[in-house]
Amino acid sequence: MTAVLEVSNLSKHYGGIAAVDGVTFEVFEGEILGIIGPNGSGKSTLFNCILGQASPSAGEVKLDGKPVTGMRPCDLNRHGVGRTFQMLQVFPALSVRENLILAGQEHQGTAVGRLFGRADAGLSATVERMIEFFRLTPVADLRAGGLSFGQQKLLDCAMAFMAGPRLVLLDEPAGGVNPTMLGSLGERLRALNAEHRATFVVIEHNMEFVMSLCTRILVLAEGKIIAEGPPEQVRRDPKVIEAYLGN
Amino acid sequence: MTLQRLAVPGAILAGIIALALAPYGLKNYGISILGLWAVTTIAAIGLNLTLGYAGQVSLAQGAFVGIGAYATAILMAKGVPFGATLLLSGLLCFAIGWLLGYPALRVQHHYLAFVTLAFATLAFLVFRNEQWLTGGIYGISGIRRPVILGWNTAPERAYFHFCLIMLVLVSGFVWWIVRSPWGRAFLALRENPVRAASLGVDTRRYTLMAFAIGAGIGGVAGALYAPLVTYIDPVPFALSFSLNLLLMVIVGGGGYFFGPFVGAMIAVLLPEWLRFAQGLYLVAYAAAVMVLLVFWPSGIMGILDRLLRPADPNQGAAR
Ligand SMILES: Nc1ncnc2c1ncn2[C@@H]1O[C@H](COP(=O)(O)OP(=O)(O)O)[C@@H](O)[C@H]1O
Ligand SMILES: [Mg+2]
Repeated sequence: MTAVLEVSNLSKHYGGIAAVDGVTFEVFEGEILGIIGPNGSGKSTLFNCILGQASPSAGEVKLDGKPVTGMRPCDLNRHGVGRTFQMLQVFPALSVRENLILAGQEHQGTAVGRLFGRADAGLSATVERMIEFFRLTPVADLRAGGLSFGQQKLLDCAMAFMAGPRLVLLDEPAGGVNPTMLGSLGERLRALNAEHRATFVVIEHNMEFVMSLCTRILVLAEGKIIAEGPPEQVRRDPKVIEAYLGN
Repeated sequence: MTLQRLAVPGAILAGIIALALAPYGLKNYGISILGLWAVTTIAAIGLNLTLGYAGQVSLAQGAFVGIGAYATAILMAKGVPFGATLLLSGLLCFAIGWLLGYPALRVQHHYLAFVTLAFATLAFLVFRNEQWLTGGIYGISGIRRPVILGWNTAPERAYFHFCLIMLVLVSGFVWWIVRSPWGRAFLALRENPVRAASLGVDTRRYTLMAFAIGAGIGGVAGALYAPLVTYIDPVPFALSFSLNLLLMVIVGGGGYFFGPFVGAMIAVLLPEWLRFAQGLYLVAYAAAVMVLLVFWPSGIMGILDRLLRPADPNQGAAR
């Protein structure tokens, strides 16, 4: 198995607090890795340090064996790493279609080419496929801000996949999504993983969702990895139970 | 459907024809004011790209108009043909605007306003103090209106028509940019730079570009301004001009394509029509601006936008 992402000894301090404290792990091609842990255990901070959104205090991040620590988020994205944020981040004033074009356009040709080329950056067909895949057809021409929360979450995810990334990091994709929508989100993510061999790292609070989606799970508590393994094993781990009950 | 689609281009065409015919019913003074409106609108269009579309505050647009005007006046005095000075003024301001964009990568909002304000002040001091270059407080006089491809633009009406053509060209250029993927990236930069970057939008490059293109258009406005008034000195390019341009963009409607046209109309034409009210006009203008910005921060185009399509709140923001 080849490691797509290697994180070694990553730390992030805020003042005296170690939000992430010497975290080391690998993500293998084609897997869906889950990251769970109590609130404030450093999951989002870990993502932000991996993705260049925050600069790590120490440690290294490698993509395909090449160091990418501190690389700008937009450059990481162009290297094929997509992400979503914990808070919903679509562009509410743009239509669903426009949101998706935006999410893919910077991967099309050169900057000058995009200025003089087509308004849709040649992405209309890809956008249609993505809209169909995420079941957004009925709302495709509506402003994203007018969609239901669940639909916006779907759009948010769809945007992360627009450029055909090899690795996608999703921060609580199921947060606040109703059970029906949740089912279709999980199913869509599994389909993407199966059909395109896209590799995922998923932070999730919803245990049922994460246990059914992921092939391997990391447990974070107070910035450290306290457990790692397949879902059933992690579920029974006394350290994990303690970390969750302790909070 | 077809009729609706023709409505906007039809209205624009009608507007252009009306503007082209307007000088025939006006005296020279009226025509020169109309020319001033056209040039000011061009400057405001540039700022609208920087501020309205890309969300980068700039209090330096007036300085770029000044730089363009001085560059053109100085170069023309040295015998450089107007076509070349127009291009050079635009390019010079593009380059300086690019450099001014760097602070924007570090600071935002009111801090950025102060940085650009400092630049505007600096530019004014250069216009006023570097007498060897700019003529200092005496300025540069005797700026000739050009002959363009055999067309003598010296008469008031001809020069206005030339400014109008430039306004149409600049508008078309900016329309092209904002409807292209660049326009979408500018909007993303304004609305949510962090999310934009995570989608591959190089926020650094687009920030610099937003400043550079906006400034370059300001430089073109300046190049047109110099032969319009035939005499330039530092006074019109003081900080108040930059503030005025900022007001025009915001009052007209930042991020709306036609916002600068409306904003410049209010700032340039209205005072002329309301001349009899003099001091009172300024008071009324100031009060109106305050009311507008408190209750309708999206400006006059924002109000029109809402009035024209109140029924479908779900339409994409076709600005
Ligand atoms: N920008 C920041 N400044 C200061 N402290 C922060 C910042 N971001 C996160 N933290 C702190 O780091 C810790 C981990 O937060 P976070 O990564 O959001 O946890 P999680 O995503 O697991 O809920 C928390 O104690 C939080 O208060
Ligand atoms: Mg979090």
